[in-house]
Amino acid sequence: MQTPKNIIQKIWEQHVVHQEEGKPDLLYIDLHLVHEVTSPQAFEGLRMNGRKVRRPDLTYATMDHNVPTRERHIINDPISKKQMDTLKQNCQEFGVTLADINHPDNGIVHVIGPELGLTQPGKTIVCGDSHTSTHGAFGALAFGIGTSEVEHVLATQTLWQAPPKTLNVKVNDKLGTGVTAKDLILAIIGKFGVKFGTGYVIEYTGEAIRDMSMEERMTVCNMSIEGGARAGLISPDETTVEYLRGRRHVPQGEAFEEAAARWKALATDEGAVYDTVVEIDAAEVEPQVTWGTNPGMCIPVTANVPSPDSTDKASEKDEIQRALEYMGLEAGQPISSVKIDHVFIGSCTNSRLSDLRKAAEVIRGKQVDPSVTAIVVPGSFSVKLAAEKEGLDQVFKEAGFEWRDAGCSMCLGMNDDIIPSGERCASTSNRNFEGRQGKGARTHLVSPEMAAAAAIAGHFVDVRKFTAQEVM
Amino acid sequence: MEPLRIHQGLVCPLDRTNVDTDQIIPKQFLKRIERSGFGQFLFYNWRFDDDGNPNPEFPLNAPQYKGASILVAGENFGCGSSREHAPWAVQDFGFKVIIAPSYADIFKNNCVKNGILAIQASEEQVQTIIEKAQSEGYSLTVNLEDQVVSDNEGFSFTFDIAPYPKEMLLNGWDEIGVTLTYEDKIKEYELARA
Repeated sequence: MQTPKNIIQKIWEQHVVHQEEGKPDLLYIDLHLVHEVTSPQAFEGLRMNGRKVRRPDLTYATMDHNVPTRERHIINDPISKKQMDTLKQNCQEFGVTLADINHPDNGIVHVIGPELGLTQPGKTIVCGDSHTSTHGAFGALAFGIGTSEVEHVLATQTLWQAPPKTLNVKVNDKLGTGVTAKDLILAIIGKFGVKFGTGYVIEYTGEAIRDMSMEERMTVCNMSIEGGARAGLISPDETTVEYLRGRRHVPQGEAFEEAAARWKALATDEGAVYDTVVEIDAAEVEPQVTWGTNPGMCIPVTANVPSPDSTDKASEKDEIQRALEYMGLEAGQPISSVKIDHVFIGSCTNSRLSDLRKAAEVIRGKQVDPSVTAIVVPGSFSVKLAAEKEGLDQVFKEAGFEWRDAGCSMCLGMNDDIIPSGERCASTSNRNFEGRQGKGARTHLVSPEMAAAAAIAGHFVDVRKFTAQEVM
Repeated sequence: MEPLRIHQGLVCPLDRTNVDTDQIIPKQFLKRIERSGFGQFLFYNWRFDDDGNPNPEFPLNAPQYKGASILVAGENFGCGSSREHAPWAVQDFGFKVIIAPSYADIFKNNCVKNGILAIQASEEQVQTIIEKAQSEGYSLTVNLEDQVVSDNEGFSFTFDIAPYPKEMLLNGWDEIGVTLTYEDKIKEYELARA
């Protein structure tokens, strides 16, 4: 009998082009996603060396980071426009398919890959973007790369990669009512720290993960990088197969059934081992809010902001103190007492149709607090259209949210959507670093449901209680 | 890429942990389509106040660290985004070597591709260097061939580095050029899977 293997080992073995002593493995890349920010210098490098894109058919480009979400055709910043025009020219010159801002398939790169069925189990997927880990939800080995590696993949369709260590994050039991995939991944990072996954690829397993929809799994895998892991994945199952059935780029008919059988066979074997295993009890996870300046600085909505005295380590004390100062918070204050100025529902973490549906449920028939500016930014054109078909746009607009066009928007403020200095945002995105949403902006990461509830209340509230009673 | 064998340079301490790529190079400077010119924006939000005046508290602005080429920082340096603009900014500012207890994977990888040596040292070694670098003119010699860091006061330590990045850095190789010599292997793989 063969030694049981985990899915990471299986995918790796299937993609090794070449192995030799003293070198990492030469790994084949099945899908290369490209966006406007991290690609211009890579294409320039090809041009300077007279090189071609080796497999334009395995390369797919979109524009997302710079795209305006209000009037997408009016790009006020000439440098943003230049970056987008450059991608268009590069795609034309090198024969790469591009979903530009006018294309019906346009959207955030990590939203459209799965939507179009480009993302499939067992593939190696890279993109010059650290949230490429999102695609791991399908049982793909997907990770972010720098621009030199983008150029390397464009030219050779391969990367030199040392086999990663494997880490199993076992999520036992079930999530409670009102507790989401976002709360789970924040709680995991909060518990194990922002670098527990460094040097590893994570496989998420356990009952709570199996119970999740593909969209929820994407939210979990998306933030693997915030725990330090370049990739995080989930073994494919029936949920994976049913999500992909009928999507444009997957095989159709009988060929799909064959593919589905192959995909499911990739799942981690019974008895397979990992380099490290950590466990968390899903039933104990509460809705989370980040209070500080990295995603590991999170607490349950029922808790108080921590104090520098909560640790003995000097560097940690210093870090907590600096975070409190930046965030304008007092140690010991209840996080639910923190008033917010902005709400952002969107980003590659939480901008899919189910995210919007859940947020809409929380706010239906209620009004955004007058002190709050709230926006919803769907992850893609296709999400936007589907949401409008269900009337979700109306629910948001009637409650006082702005309903925008697709893009990365306020997640990183490379476009017009920026939080002014000193103002506070409840955000469904993935990073609460200093200045992430604008210089001096204060970001609190939450789930779409928690963001929606905060928009109505004007401060953080426990969404589990919020939905049960009228707002005061 | 410029080969890096032995480097001697002035040390600049940055006594902070989890320095993320949004701090190394804030997003508003990611829109350039060139590889060069990012040094002026390195640690922009920490180096400059809201009016664009240098923050005198920030080590990179201190006259004693002017011309430093070795950056020493706390654990998990370079966490966050995959933006290679971060190592481009570090390099363009004049740094050739970074010393920290740990790095984010993508950042460390991006350093190698640009000829920057990111040395992993122990927390104690990093703290020692940060303390020593408080005195003016403190410099270190980094010998990549022998994997040794030393100063002229008798402090020294060896560091680990995998053979492949070491070879890349020592020779300043163009990795794509190297990989293209494996063209027959890549073709063979593609044919077998087609």
